[in-house]
Amino acid sequence: MNKIKSLADLKKLQTEVQSKIKLREKGDHSENLIQIKVSMATCGIASGAKETMTYFIEELDHQGIDAIITQTGCMGYCYAEPTIELTIPGQQPVVYGFVTKAKAQEIIEKHVKLNEMVDGIIPVNYSSIDN
Amino acid sequence: MADYNMHILVCGGTGCKASQSELIKSNFKTRLNEFGLSDEIQIIMTGCFGFCEKGPIVKILPDNTFYTQVTPEDVSEIVEEHIIKGRKVERLLYKDPESKEHISDTKGMDFYKKQIRIALRNCGFINPENIDEYIGRDGYAALGTCLSEITPDEVIRMIKDSGLRGRGGGGFPTGLKWELTRKSVSDQKYVVCNADEGDPGAFMDRSILEGDPHSVLEAMAICGYCIGADKGLVYIRAEYPLAIERLKIAIKQAREYGLLGDDILGTGFNFDVEIRYGAGAFVCGEETALIHSMEGKRGEPTVKPPFPAEKGYNGKPTNVNNVETFANIPVIINKGAEWFASIGTANSKGTKVFALAGKINNVGLIEVPMGITLREIIYDIGGGIKDGREFKAVQTGGPSGGCLTKSFLDTPIDYDNLVAAGSMMGSGGMIVLDDSDCMVAIAKFYLEFTLDESCGKCTPCRIGNKRLYEILEKITEGNGNVEDLNRLRMLSSVIKDTSLCGLGQTSPNPVLSTLDHFYDEYLSHVTSHKCIAGQCKALMHYSIDADKCTGCTLCFRNCPVGAISGEKRAPHYIDQSLCIKCGVCFAKCKFDAVLIA
Repeated sequence: MNKIKSLADLKKLQTEVQSKIKLREKGDHSENLIQIKVSMATCGIASGAKETMTYFIEELDHQGIDAIITQTGCMGYCYAEPTIELTIPGQQPVVYGFVTKAKAQEIIEKHVKLNEMVDGIIPVNYSSIDN
Repeated sequence: MADYNMHILVCGGTGCKASQSELIKSNFKTRLNEFGLSDEIQIIMTGCFGFCEKGPIVKILPDNTFYTQVTPEDVSEIVEEHIIKGRKVERLLYKDPESKEHISDTKGMDFYKKQIRIALRNCGFINPENIDEYIGRDGYAALGTCLSEITPDEVIRMIKDSGLRGRGGGGFPTGLKWELTRKSVSDQKYVVCNADEGDPGAFMDRSILEGDPHSVLEAMAICGYCIGADKGLVYIRAEYPLAIERLKIAIKQAREYGLLGDDILGTGFNFDVEIRYGAGAFVCGEETALIHSMEGKRGEPTVKPPFPAEKGYNGKPTNVNNVETFANIPVIINKGAEWFASIGTANSKGTKVFALAGKINNVGLIEVPMGITLREIIYDIGGGIKDGREFKAVQTGGPSGGCLTKSFLDTPIDYDNLVAAGSMMGSGGMIVLDDSDCMVAIAKFYLEFTLDESCGKCTPCRIGNKRLYEILEKITEGNGNVEDLNRLRMLSSVIKDTSLCGLGQTSPNPVLSTLDHFYDEYLSHVTSHKCIAGQCKALMHYSIDADKCTGCTLCFRNCPVGAISGEKRAPHYIDQSLCIKCGVCFAKCKFDAVLIA
């Protein structure tokens, strides 16, 4: 470990290490954050859901957008994998199918940033019990 | 290092560790390895979450899922269901006692809703053994700002403006204490952290040191800067091994980063911290006794003045603050005195950490704003009294405090209100009593504790408390008379007035407070020789109702001393000369045939 030699050094280190606990801080006020759930059952993973999830994590972090990205089980749209569910705070969740890297980019640019829905929405045909 | 996309927090407080949380952590590690997820999911052992009643606690983020009473065997299910498939393991979620619904998020739990966490801000959030996580949470920023941008006098002014008072019991204004020590002229001064937490049922300071040791070290350094000391000492009881270990790790890491040692942050300020172990004597929580113990002398108090601020450790000016007091300091510097002063009541600012124990559903560690009512603490946060029994009183302030009864349920809790109610804030132990607790026996219990812990230096405390105890013993054994009650009061006031230190001066408080609030109960012990709560065994009389007894022999088979006799299917009989009044027959009888008088 190197010694911290000044207040500026300390602040620099702080920004570096903050990412380590950022995820926990996000969880502390999850209701105000954009949430993306990536369907990661066998079908999803086989269709590239893992790459989609990694892309979302890296791209949103890169652009400095606070969001909670979690994996979830099979949503049932196995024909349209990878699927994601996007929730903007205070709004109904929206499910997108066939979310490739390109689609993910479009979703971030339009839906996440401008709150404009893009093509590829799967109409939700069920309601889930919230706990 | 790869960025993790999920964090699993496992509670590493003493309580949860005792319930195998280490094994839970290592099971998580193994299972995640098996699934090839160890690069994506981080497992962190944190400090106490406070919800000790339902430990061990496992929290999963970012979805903020709170699992309770997790066993090492549950780990596989959590990994396979929650981590892999994204389905929460319902049976391990907290179940709301009212609605019977499962709650996955702490925000939905009454236990956390009314809490404000300042001193406990990082407990259950960061890994206490990793300084980087503390730094990521604004750690050492307050020290950095103080050293580089604020003068000691300004810092002291901030602490004074914040209205912070000592959290160890007395409630002396912290800023004023610092100022007094600053004004003392000497070549050497000391900062001492009092971690000699000794009240029965209290574990606030231990949990802070276990969950967030750096916050205490940072505050000690700030204090050193303010009063002009380059040496800090933590006086901690040796029976807190986990807290000591985490403190040692923290000191080592802070030294490696140069946040302790010489020329901190290039400002020319030197400060280092050492640990001193106490043998666990209660009186050593008193600052003069604590200082003597650190000097290698007997842990006995001396008369104040001189106060430690003038002549303390090694005869040099010394500032002694409690762990929780220190833990508040960095936040006050970072967020400002005004912010801190906006929480709480007129003369008691900020929050207080309480250890909830006794006959309450949610035993644990809580931090609440000053001014909260007892009702909110006991019924909303604490989840009410165990087994649906009736609330009788709550004991605060440990052996120096007193009892608060039902009539104080809606009194806002702060330093002054508690004193006015005949108790005190103390360090924060709260023991909840229900209608099965005998108040005379409670007073006796605390006095027995004081008796053990009295150092014996002054006569009122050494001999007076012994006599006080004997009178209480006489009453609980059914040999007391009304005159004894007056004697209790008289002797108590003499001990209070003439004892040397805080221990003796406050030791009769549990007696006086129970006498004030539960005089009827004392009276029934001495006049009709009855213990309403059914606690004083000597006053109990067990007998069997011949009409109700079916002769099932259950009591006969369970009596540990063979005091019960009788034929099968015929009424049984208790031999009073053999009966030890353990109550087993009463508890076992299915026909309500055992009578207590």
